[in-house]
Amino acid sequence: MSDVQVSQPQGNPLKGRLGPRKIVIDPVTRVEGHGKVTIKLNEAGEVEQARFHIVEFRGFERFICGRMYWEVPVIVQRLCGICPVSHHLGAGKAMDVIAGVDQLTPTAEKMRRLMHYGQVLQSNALNFFHLASPDLLLGFEAPVAQRNIIGVIEAFPQVGKWAIFIRKYGQQVIAATGGRRIHPRLCIPGGVNQNLTVENRDALRKDIDQIINWCCEALELHKSFVHSHETLHETFASFPSSYMSLVGADGGMDLYDGTLRAIDADGESIFEGVRPVDYRDYLTEEVRSWSYMKFPHIRSLGREDGWYRVGPLAQLNCCAFIGTPIAEIARKEFMALGHGGLVHATLAYHWARLICMIHCAETIKKLLFDDDLQGTDLVASGQRRSEGVAIIEAPRGTLLHHYAVDHNDQVTSANLIVSTTNNNEAMNRSVTKVAIDYLAGHEITEGLLNHIEVAIRAYDPCLSCATHALGQMPLVVTLEDAEGSVIATRIKE
Amino acid sequence: MVAASFKFNIDGIEVEATEGQSVIEACDEAGIYIPRLCHHPELPPSGNCRVCTCKINGRHSAACVTPAAHGMVIENDTPQLTSDRRAVIEMLFVEGNHPCPYCVASGDCELQALGYRLGMVAPTQPYQWPERKIDATHPDIYLDHDRCILCSRCIRASRMEDGKTVFGFEGRGIAMRLNVDAQGGLGETQMAAIDKAASVCPVACIVIKRHNYQVPNGSRRFDKTPIGSDIEAKRTRRQS
Repeated sequence: MSDVQVSQPQGNPLKGRLGPRKIVIDPVTRVEGHGKVTIKLNEAGEVEQARFHIVEFRGFERFICGRMYWEVPVIVQRLCGICPVSHHLGAGKAMDVIAGVDQLTPTAEKMRRLMHYGQVLQSNALNFFHLASPDLLLGFEAPVAQRNIIGVIEAFPQVGKWAIFIRKYGQQVIAATGGRRIHPRLCIPGGVNQNLTVENRDALRKDIDQIINWCCEALELHKSFVHSHETLHETFASFPSSYMSLVGADGGMDLYDGTLRAIDADGESIFEGVRPVDYRDYLTEEVRSWSYMKFPHIRSLGREDGWYRVGPLAQLNCCAFIGTPIAEIARKEFMALGHGGLVHATLAYHWARLICMIHCAETIKKLLFDDDLQGTDLVASGQRRSEGVAIIEAPRGTLLHHYAVDHNDQVTSANLIVSTTNNNEAMNRSVTKVAIDYLAGHEITEGLLNHIEVAIRAYDPCLSCATHALGQMPLVVTLEDAEGSVIATRIKE
Repeated sequence: MVAASFKFNIDGIEVEATEGQSVIEACDEAGIYIPRLCHHPELPPSGNCRVCTCKINGRHSAACVTPAAHGMVIENDTPQLTSDRRAVIEMLFVEGNHPCPYCVASGDCELQALGYRLGMVAPTQPYQWPERKIDATHPDIYLDHDRCILCSRCIRASRMEDGKTVFGFEGRGIAMRLNVDAQGGLGETQMAAIDKAASVCPVACIVIKRHNYQVPNGSRRFDKTPIGSDIEAKRTRRQS
């Protein structure tokens, strides 16, 4: 492994000599979506404020109004080409509620779980291998032309192999359950439209042990990176925070269904066992004028203190255990990083992500040997309701879908709180911390750009989903003075 | 009394027909596919969509409303006619709102299937983005006017097969719209889900509620074979 070249925080030579400044990074690269960063300096030339802006808008919540409710799982998955399954299943679960179905048939439930775990596996593989590993394996300061997945494949051929085949396997799971790798169709209100064919099951069984092994090898490689960069790993863009995720009825990790658990930075419970339907009693969202992404927070703690983090790090911090053996061993080792408390390191998202991948692969294996997947009882029915709320743990964290439907079966309102949105405040804080630690002078250096992007990528944000976007995904950084005038801009395509 | 039979020629192939058959009917029976949208074998022809237009004895005519006749020479599968048909399909796409990726009829839609068969990659005409609303007032059926291609199948089926007059056109030319015979929408008509009119729509304008997306990808009507394959299979079987 190559050494990570990290520029150390330096004193600001311009401190006290410059007027207020503002830096803008626009657009942010190697994330899913289009965003920019602005860094505002005060009169003394110190970082006063850093913001991660989401500058794209899609408006799905508005234009699905008037559509028939059973269309929604198929429409809203078009929010994203990376995690369509999460939206398909999230909306599908909400439509189960609308259809009056509280308990799916075993075949339907397990088909959805299989698809979901395939999705989380492939999406986490995409983030770790394709987006993040160039920074981790080649170094934050490696030349841009080299610091990409092609560079990784050249320097670490085995990582390239894992990147391609683990992701491919997850997509094969999606195709086997939903007809195609991207934008599949499985959910119908109250169930699913197919079971798993024996041919597909046998094809997936053939490779699953290899996938588990590769996930474990990837984790070992990442651990070696962490152990050789312990201080960086612990401190980079890091801060204590609250966390939130779904957990199963037994407190164990459950990425498909369960109740919400939120814990504070010390691991103390903020709330437990919150059913999706009750989310509004515990969570609220705030709109800020400078971003299309809303700021959710825990209602009881208020907008200043109620923010939290979601995603793999939260999934690991919130669960009491993981129900698959290899991932559980890995979880215990991971949690030891917190010395009895929670793990707060932002870069630890990647370690947690790899553990989630192992858990997904193990769960897929377990499901592939469950005969219920070849069952023929696919759909349950119930008494129609007018409102449905559902929560699922998407690859990037907690994803909430909430719909209201009228007596003609048409959607009258929709609210989506997407994983990336949940992490909005946390991403802003990480950017601020990096800006404080790494900004030297009034120039937007390559090093600053890199470090800000590394911090954002840890969260694996999906900006398309979060604004419910079109176009490329580059990083733009802008430097502004205290009056808001732009004095420097740098764009990385 | 047995109808008199005779022969005509289409794309160099000799087809046997009987008196009273239209060109499209005779060709269907012979296993030769002429693309069509408004034509339905169980309904009287209307000649609305013009997709089945062929060159018959040197003149352009809609095959669904042209009676077959002895000695006709017909051009059907030619580059020019394919191009003309593609243009008609494109116009139907841009004059409505047809989001195939999430449409309930995707994979089972005759308009979409014809687009694929005729090689329509993307419309070259500007999208009109008309503002149309769903009529979901009926408990079992909804009308998605975004998808309507004005084929009149539902109008004919309602009148001829169901003995009702649920559907009709209002307006003329580009302003023509499908309407129902009740001010309060479909829910106030005599329409029933078992009506013939509920099952003949070639797109997803008339849709039975709560039965959508039940056929998985890969198993839908046009997932494996292009539209018209069922007709062409007759000729293949005959030849083998």
